[in-house]
Amino acid sequence: MSLLEIKNLHVKVDGNEILKGVNLSLEPGEVHSIMGPNGSGKSTLAQVLARRESYDVTQGEILFNGKDLLAMKAEEAACEGLFLAFQYPVEIPGVSNAYFLRSALNAVHKYRGQDEVDAMDFLPKLREKMKLLEMDEKFLNRSVNEAFSGGEKKRNEILQMAVLEPKLGILDETDSGLDIDALRIVASGVNAMRSPDRAFLVVTHYQRLLNYIVPDRVHVLVNGRIVKSGGPELALQLEDTGYATVGSAAGAA
Amino acid sequence: MSSNTDTIRELAQQEYKWGFVTDIEHDSAPRGLNEDIVRFISAKKNEPEFMLEWRLRAYRHWESLEKAQAEPKWAHIHYDPIDYQNIIYYSAPKQKPSINSLDELDPEIRRTYEKLGIPLAEQKMLAGVAVDAVFDSVSVATTFKAKLAEAGVIFCSFSEAVREHPDLVKKYLGSVVPYTDNFFAALNAAVFSDGSFCFVPKGVKCPMELSTYFRINAAETGQFERTLIVAEEGASVSYLEGCTAPIRDTNQLHAAVVELVALDDAQIKYSTVQNWYPGDKNGKGGIYNFVTKRGKCLGRNSKISWTQVETGSAITWKYPSCILQGENSVGEFYSVALTNNYQQADTGTKMIHIGKNTRSTIVSKGISAGHGQNTYRGMVRILKHATGARNYTQCDSLLIGDRCGAHTFPYIEVKNSTARMEHEASTSKIGEDQLFYLRQRGLKTEDAVSMIVNGFCKRVFRELPMEFAVEAQKLLSVSLEGSVG
Repeated sequence: MSLLEIKNLHVKVDGNEILKGVNLSLEPGEVHSIMGPNGSGKSTLAQVLARRESYDVTQGEILFNGKDLLAMKAEEAACEGLFLAFQYPVEIPGVSNAYFLRSALNAVHKYRGQDEVDAMDFLPKLREKMKLLEMDEKFLNRSVNEAFSGGEKKRNEILQMAVLEPKLGILDETDSGLDIDALRIVASGVNAMRSPDRAFLVVTHYQRLLNYIVPDRVHVLVNGRIVKSGGPELALQLEDTGYATVGSAAGAA
Repeated sequence: MSSNTDTIRELAQQEYKWGFVTDIEHDSAPRGLNEDIVRFISAKKNEPEFMLEWRLRAYRHWESLEKAQAEPKWAHIHYDPIDYQNIIYYSAPKQKPSINSLDELDPEIRRTYEKLGIPLAEQKMLAGVAVDAVFDSVSVATTFKAKLAEAGVIFCSFSEAVREHPDLVKKYLGSVVPYTDNFFAALNAAVFSDGSFCFVPKGVKCPMELSTYFRINAAETGQFERTLIVAEEGASVSYLEGCTAPIRDTNQLHAAVVELVALDDAQIKYSTVQNWYPGDKNGKGGIYNFVTKRGKCLGRNSKISWTQVETGSAITWKYPSCILQGENSVGEFYSVALTNNYQQADTGTKMIHIGKNTRSTIVSKGISAGHGQNTYRGMVRILKHATGARNYTQCDSLLIGDRCGAHTFPYIEVKNSTARMEHEASTSKIGEDQLFYLRQRGLKTEDAVSMIVNGFCKRVFRELPMEFAVEAQKLLSVSLEGSVG
């Protein structure tokens, strides 16, 4: 059984059709990348998978671990093991990162019928993961994303993913706004999570991130359709030729 | 059966000794208000002459205001005219309907207690479970009172103070809120039922937090409560009023008066958590909470701090204030006020800077949901000779949904050019993207709203004594249920 199966997905936003029949399939253990020009529908795809209500699915089916993803609410999909690393993470003033992380983990545990997280166990494990992402302990008491630099926000996303241990991690342009060092740290965090039971969908503009998180498959999304798929070398090719040639040459995927 | 009854009777008589239980009589006054009713109340309480005289002067003043139709109408609230002649101003302390166990309690109430995390023993007391309540509260009250006696702190009901400590009462009563202050203060002064009295002598730091919980009749709603707290030179005390459990009362109007007096180097911290019946989802019923609370920083270096979490009542109308008379005195006001469904609130504070180098801090967090209308009204007044005064004000409003309202009326009057004032204000909504972010991490919508709101209120909750802070957070969550559709 595939981890994620998207069949003929059509999505409208404010009455405009953005996704025009997307087909995609992910197996556990794989890393796929979605690349494409601005406005192609990359973020729309990520948000629809995370079950954001403002996106109108007009046609198609999505199976997540064999279950109907479109029938799930955002929090259900999350508890089933779907994680979205946001492109623009919001601030939650007055809520500390430590408190937030533990609450999120407890919500997932509760959904699965497991016990609440033990505070004594939680902190050491959390510290370990923070070290990997080169994050200072002080960060734990700060409010979620409040007064964080761009790099800190993105590292916070990866930290949350590391704590929640999802089956599918969707990274929505995680590399935007990152300098080389931050990019390297974020990538190593993601790579440390690669495992046979987990898959990643890396949505990105530029090929650069894919030097660090080497994908198994690359898909090019243009005008709401996947127009080409290939191995990691496809990303390098796009760096040379740009998106224009790919879009015009193909028709539907 | 008989041995049980004997035990209860013994314990009941012991309670008289501690003075926690007011005289148990069986008459109530007839409806209406006139001089005879005032005399009736005073007689029932066995008050000394001076107290009756004070009540009568207050009543006559109130009557003149009433005749002149001088009931204040400027607040941003609406309510049907109150028929002052249709209220019973004295009723025998209600013997709560006694039930044998919590299982007999209205399941809705039980569910709220559970959600608020109220310990079983306290639930029983609140619900009026017969035998247990007596045992639990007597043993707790005993240790408590002994500790205070050791420290020299007087803490008793206001009625007891009038009888046992008349000189202290005479000295300070009305010194901060005279009966001429306003319409409802006059009414309160005429017919006040009971309340708390606390006197902390020179140099004594009260060894524990005082709470109305420790007065057995605390769970009785005070229609017209009167509280007076005095901290002498170098003394300090922290007082908690109210509880998170929803309290119903057949009496709709609650007009309390609280006076605080702090002498040189003294500190008083007054915390309130109020969750009186707010009316139903359609705005019917609910309590009118019209309160006058004021603290006087009489001495130099004195400090008075108000912290309130107001989630209940159909209408909340109160401005806990500080008169900063002593040099270097400090006044603080921290508030979270929530209006949901059809609740209304017009609340805030007044900081009057009189002495030199005085400081005031105001942090107000208003949350509006449903059709709630929430108004912050704050005044900072710097008098002509108040050199070196400083004020910091932050008032933030959070709107949940699109049918509620948040209003702000700040008044700033500065008559001394050395004053430094800072005023920050913000109005925000709970963003859909904030909610989505939290839901994408697995939290249900209601829990997400709760988390965001508690984060919003954190600055105020930090000021509450710890047990109250935990209860207040839960209370906010429970009060917001159903606010995000």
